[in-house]
Amino acid sequence: MKLSEIARALDLRAVAGAARLETDVTGGYASDLLSCAMAGAGKGNVWVTLQGHLNVVAVASLNELAAVIVTEGKPVSADTASKAEEEGVVLLQTPLSTYQVIGRLWDLGVK
Amino acid sequence: MTPTEVLKAQELVYELKIGDIMTRRLITVSPETTMREVKQVLRDHRISGLPVMRDEHLVGIVSIEDLIRALEANELDAEVNTYMSSLVRTVGEGESAVRALSAFGRAGVGRLPVVDDDGRLVGILTPGDITRGVLRALERAYHEEELRKYRVRHVFEDIASDRTSLILRYDIPVRDFNRAGRASSQLKQTLVRLGIDPRIVRRVAIVSYEAEMNIVIHSTTGGNLVAEINSELIAVLAYDSGPGIEDVKAAMQPGWSTAPDWIREMGFGAGMGLVNIKATADEMHLDSWPRRGTKLEAVIYLKPGEGKTGHETE
Repeated sequence: MKLSEIARALDLRAVAGAARLETDVTGGYASDLLSCAMAGAGKGNVWVTLQGHLNVVAVASLNELAAVIVTEGKPVSADTASKAEEEGVVLLQTPLSTYQVIGRLWDLGVK
Repeated sequence: MTPTEVLKAQELVYELKIGDIMTRRLITVSPETTMREVKQVLRDHRISGLPVMRDEHLVGIVSIEDLIRALEANELDAEVNTYMSSLVRTVGEGESAVRALSAFGRAGVGRLPVVDDDGRLVGILTPGDITRGVLRALERAYHEEELRKYRVRHVFEDIASDRTSLILRYDIPVRDFNRAGRASSQLKQTLVRLGIDPRIVRRVAIVSYEAEMNIVIHSTTGGNLVAEINSELIAVLAYDSGPGIEDVKAAMQPGWSTAPDWIREMGFGAGMGLVNIKATADEMHLDSWPRRGTKLEAVIYLKPGEGKTGHETE
């Protein structure tokens, strides 16, 4: 499934990387611990997390994730957004909780 | 094009500035020019539309469609101002090409006048200009990256020795969360350019990132990350000069951490860093001397069979 279809279905707001929404999503991962995401999230996955700070970008870029979905409307700073843009990382924001996002992703067939 | 190339092309459309891809050679007519002259200008220059200028101001666009209407009405001697479109949408030369693309889509026009910051006409943009601009930029980007890859890969072949190693050193400042991960990103990029298997690159990235973050979070004065790459293995060495780990055995237990709360709130300090490194690398050695410093070495073999297939989750 394409990232753009997911962003539309869940009404996610692209904070960075709006030009990279046509990537294929290979699966998902959820955790607020960066070490866990580093080890557990695979290439092309979406990572659902409450963390919206700068270091999320490094983990997403190193793991070549399709996108990071920042939940519960956690603010993403301008620094973080511009770093993400620079590194080619897609940051999507939503007021939904992590639990709700994962449920909707699962229903969409992202498994 | 492969899917990555398509993505690259999409990015380029965002990056390209209209001013870099527009046609600068400006051929214009005045509102009093006859449609007959317009026909001649279009034919001479093999173009399909012209900006209409009065006293250096853009007042309209006359296109081949307008010419056809004049021909049908048998009014080739009419002035341009009776046939031109005067509601002219313009784009700025500093704007991204993607803006022009959406303007073409919405307005259904075949060309857009380009203006500078002061609103002066500086060029004309057609969808063909965008296609050519993207193709040129794509070719440039491709050649640059290929050339880099070629140079890096041949380092090992061009240097004669019994064993050649490439050593990369990175300085890791303490508590600088804005630059944290920079060393690992640069190391990863180098490995990709060296043509190292992506599965190996991923394992090295996990090891180097965790080691880098440990220095950022825990060291007294920062430290160093050193990667040695040779034809058989990649060794990642991370060291600092304090404070040292009081209980190395405890530090290797999943979930054990001494990170303060504010660091945990950022999602670090889960007590999984060293555990991840151990699970990912083929070999890991951790030495620490309280108050003097910590040295961590992790080795990942390049040849299949020699090490783990990795900590893969895909």
